[in-house]
Amino acid sequence: MQETAAPPMIEVRDLTKYYGDFPAIEGISFTVNKGEVLGFLGPNAAGKTTTMRILTGFMPPTSGSASIAGYDVVDDSLDARRHIGYLPETVPLYTEMTVEDYLDFMGAIRGMSRRQRRLRVSEVIGICHLEEYQSSLIGKLSKGFRQRVGIAQAILHEPDVLILDEPTIGIDPIQVVETRNLIKSFGGEHTVILSTHILPEVSMVCERVIIIHEGRVVAIDRPGNLSERLRGTERIEMDIRGPVAQVMTALRNIRGVREVTRTGSGDVVSYNVESVHGADLREQIATLVAQKGWGLLRLQPVYMSLEDIFLRLTAKEADQP
Amino acid sequence: MKNTLTIAWKETKTYFASPMAYIIIAVYTALASYNFVSSISGVLPEATIRGFLLPSTLIFALLAPVITMRLLAEEQKLGTLELLMTAPVRDYEIVLGKFLAALASLVSTLVPTLYLVLLLTWFGSPDMGPILSGYLGLILFSMAAISVGLLASSLTGNQIVAAVVSIGILILLLIIGEAESYLGGVFGEIVRQLSITNHFEDFARGVIDTHDLVYYLTFTLFLLFLTVRSLESRRWR
Ligand SMILES: Nc1ncnc2c1ncn2[C@@H]1O[C@H](COP(=O)(O)OP(=O)(O)O)[C@@H](O)[C@H]1O
Ligand SMILES: [Mg+2]
Repeated sequence: MQETAAPPMIEVRDLTKYYGDFPAIEGISFTVNKGEVLGFLGPNAAGKTTTMRILTGFMPPTSGSASIAGYDVVDDSLDARRHIGYLPETVPLYTEMTVEDYLDFMGAIRGMSRRQRRLRVSEVIGICHLEEYQSSLIGKLSKGFRQRVGIAQAILHEPDVLILDEPTIGIDPIQVVETRNLIKSFGGEHTVILSTHILPEVSMVCERVIIIHEGRVVAIDRPGNLSERLRGTERIEMDIRGPVAQVMTALRNIRGVREVTRTGSGDVVSYNVESVHGADLREQIATLVAQKGWGLLRLQPVYMSLEDIFLRLTAKEADQP
Repeated sequence: MKNTLTIAWKETKTYFASPMAYIIIAVYTALASYNFVSSISGVLPEATIRGFLLPSTLIFALLAPVITMRLLAEEQKLGTLELLMTAPVRDYEIVLGKFLAALASLVSTLVPTLYLVLLLTWFGSPDMGPILSGYLGLILFSMAAISVGLLASSLTGNQIVAAVVSIGILILLLIIGEAESYLGGVFGEIVRQLSITNHFEDFARGVIDTHDLVYYLTFTLFLLFLTVRSLESRRWR
């Protein structure tokens, strides 16, 4: 990581939010630099929306602090809000307004002049491919198009920071791809935080990912580094014909094996062997099976996807008392 | 101020784009004309508009909540309040913008009644003082009624609940004056001061009393203040 003089665009320190007695997030800290696209990854109820609502000034934290472009979200709320474009999870829109009128209104309350609005509204309508619907009532649009209107209002005033809460949820696959490309194109110019519980999305769109689970940060890294880091373990899948109990014991006794699980029953059973990093156990397993006179029907190494990492990290955290 | 006007303008446009606006204007104009005609059809007709002014408080107590019910409740239901409250806009600017829009909407229903005033000047020679003060009183009454409606609308995501609650409160404030004669003493005086109608009657008679002005303005400001607090409290949930 290189040190730069520019202060981080988003700085979150020890953020905690209680709903009554229930801690939705606890001690979350991270920074995002200018132009970065950060993924906020976590299962439902992890605390993603809560964190974003604090960043956007919708509600204050119970403790801790956050700043946007150097402005504290509580003490300098209005200044912080001036630098944010926000797409809430539910994509709230005024259904009885036309796309154009809606965007014009959103621009006006963000302090854009009439002239700026006239130029910029048609520009974002172009960027988000809404030309055909600019005079349609929002209530008449399909979900995918409403999502685009939501994104259009978020980028309208060219904010330094874009906060997108699950921007690809509930829209059809083609539009998901388009939306992801759109978000990618915002990086560099804007600083983007996007939340998602969809893993491939993060590796496709984000340069850095924060994994959050039950209100706590479990990992922060580049998607690539995360898989690297967890390559401490390797997995091999195999199908073996033989007495299950004996096979399990034999596999477990191989040096370097951490865990053996099986799926299925009957004549041929699938086994899943996890081992420490670097130990390629394929040959040993093949020899072992041959010696015992069992049948080896399949032997295959498995590489960890971000999904596994995600499950792995969140499971680890959940194991702690 | 600019944000307030932006919000007020947007809400006013939305209101006049809906059929509701014209239904409300038509209903009010019909009722006002009827009350006006019956008041000047007596043996000794007076050239005043008191005939439609006095019953207007009750009509406005019913119409104001219909106009205000959606203003904040719908924002909560649609979730658009989240975007509004994360825009660089102060909470009081939101409330004030909505208030101005509702006031413009309600006062617009008075415009057609100007033809009744024209009729009066055509056929008689009315005293313009009570007419002007009467309109002023009705506008002040509208402000108070709208502030009640806005507060109710800020407390719930359900428009119907907002309307029913505010109609209930407004009718209570209208009839509370009746209790004065039963109570007497200090309580009678308190009830008289609270009554939203007692303060209106002076205006209809052509008297602009600072007490009445202060009553309506403080009433409105206090309820708008409560509405702002109610919005703010959403942030702390
Ligand atoms: N307004 C609220 N009142 C009470 N609990 C809430 C509220 N909003 C969210 N929660 C709870 O806080 C936790 C985190 O929610 P949220 O931030 O919405 O998670 P995510 O967006 O990651 O799904 C959940 O358990 C949720 O039930
Ligand atoms: Mg969420």
